[in-house]
Amino acid sequence: MSRKLRWVAPAPLAEPDLSIDPEATTSILEGFIKKEVERTGLRRVVLGLSGGIDSALAAYLAVRALGRSGVVGVLMPYRTSSPASVRDAESVVGDLGILAERFEISELVDVFASKAGPIGPRRLGNVMARVRMLVLYDRSAEHDALVLGTSNKTELLLGYGTIHGDLASALNPLGDLYKTQVRELARALGVPKAILAKAPSADLFPAQTDERDLGLTYDEMDRILALLVDARVAPGTIVKRGFRRDAVERLRRLVVRSQFKRKLPVVAKVSTRSVGWDFRYPRDWSS
Amino acid sequence: MQTVRVALAQIAPKLGDLKSNFEIHLDAVALARRKKAHVVVFPELSLTGYVLRDQVPEVALSREAPLFRKLLRASAQIDMVVGFAEETQGHRFHNAAAYLSKGRVLHIHRKIYLPTYGMFDEGRDFAAGDLVRAFETPRGPAGILICEDAWHPTCAWLLVQDGAEILIAPSSGPTRGAKPGRGITSLTVWHDLLRTTAQFQTSFVVYVNRVGYEDGLNFGGGSAALDPFGRIVASLPGLSEGMTVAELDVEVLRRARTAYPLLRDENLELVHREIARIRQERFQVPDPLDMVFLQEPAAPRRKAR
Repeated sequence: MSRKLRWVAPAPLAEPDLSIDPEATTSILEGFIKKEVERTGLRRVVLGLSGGIDSALAAYLAVRALGRSGVVGVLMPYRTSSPASVRDAESVVGDLGILAERFEISELVDVFASKAGPIGPRRLGNVMARVRMLVLYDRSAEHDALVLGTSNKTELLLGYGTIHGDLASALNPLGDLYKTQVRELARALGVPKAILAKAPSADLFPAQTDERDLGLTYDEMDRILALLVDARVAPGTIVKRGFRRDAVERLRRLVVRSQFKRKLPVVAKVSTRSVGWDFRYPRDWSS
Repeated sequence: MQTVRVALAQIAPKLGDLKSNFEIHLDAVALARRKKAHVVVFPELSLTGYVLRDQVPEVALSREAPLFRKLLRASAQIDMVVGFAEETQGHRFHNAAAYLSKGRVLHIHRKIYLPTYGMFDEGRDFAAGDLVRAFETPRGPAGILICEDAWHPTCAWLLVQDGAEILIAPSSGPTRGAKPGRGITSLTVWHDLLRTTAQFQTSFVVYVNRVGYEDGLNFGGGSAALDPFGRIVASLPGLSEGMTVAELDVEVLRRARTAYPLLRDENLELVHREIARIRQERFQVPDPLDMVFLQEPAAPRRKAR
């Protein structure tokens, strides 16, 4: 045994690292919204304001990028939507001073549901999400605007969203931010405290929360996803690092099973050059 | 080399829009001239934008293309390093950077290492270059490394062995988010890499990275010129367009190569010998040195009658 050498324990590796620099991240996202909108020759975005933290953050970023006159917020409550959600959405509108519209979706959804037969809460939730998409795309035509997406990275990876519903948009500034990072950025940009504090919810029926739906907290989900996806750590290694095996396996399964929600429909290839396969142009194609 | 004033043109090219980008180049040339620069360096693929994919053959230029001739004419005013998609003989398309001076092409570097992993797909769209050569500019010997080439230390090493004193690194480097205390992480990583390259090669390094957005990719900027001690001589902030001029002082090069005679002590012969051995072992090919010096020619064998 040496008595002269001082033992220095190695510091544990900081992984997963979900920390973000709010200022630089805001600059990148602000520039993204501004440039991607200007590229199309337009100057405005419309977005649905649910009263939740994602759409609130998207609105704050959009106002920084395009100014107050460049953002239209649309409130689209259903009759079972919580009154608190509407109040929170209105607080965003008031704080930012943006143009806001209210479009009740209850009638449209109920007429649809009455013709579709008994459809249950899951299908009804999807119908609501798609009716809201219908409203937003129509409002975007009215305002010469693009539809701003508000799905975060956690939702996109887990497929916790409705395809052709809330997942539909022209551009999405939040799609590479995990929910916990959305919270951090929202705090930095001054999103109202009531919105920061409440439990995230799809608000499709009373007392619903995301974390109850998914069976895990966002903190757990984000840390596991950041290891699986960003750091490419094998599931078995993640379990060895102290995460529950059933949670890791469940999240991995959800990511795999929801891949179709992150892709355009598959096209059967019967020619020499096919859309979606070897017709490879950037979305921002110009010539 | 002589002391040289280099303008760093941190621009945001328009994807696939040669005409607009040519105008952006002329504006930058005018500003660089007003600032008394000897040469203006543009980013990787400055004439075309980066996420081209199937647009590459549509925007590629040969050296005879009218737009390329126009660029050459512009180089009568000031030397330029321009990034473009080059169509060469046999209809190969390269991610290339040309050094133009007084209406002549002094050198074209074709990107050697085409990143084809993660967010990159360049190997699908471009042919890889296969030459790493230093060349003479009016103010001294230089070499070009396009973006990923700078991540392979062998490229910088070869250029400096070949006589380069200024390493020019045009780039289209995307960002990957920002961390507390470090800001935009890719800029920190790049500046570490540039500093060590300048120090290890005791050479000036001129890094010009683009800005702007393409398909959600954000290019970071953070262009910088470093002296052979690894110190930043001039730099531009991240994310926004801009130009600055760096004065690369020949006296500093002399001091650095005196204080750190790494280049003097580099053992080219040893490297060559060990590479030959590794090559022989890895590919089971005969060592060229054995063939020349050691092997007796086999005696011609008579056919049995």
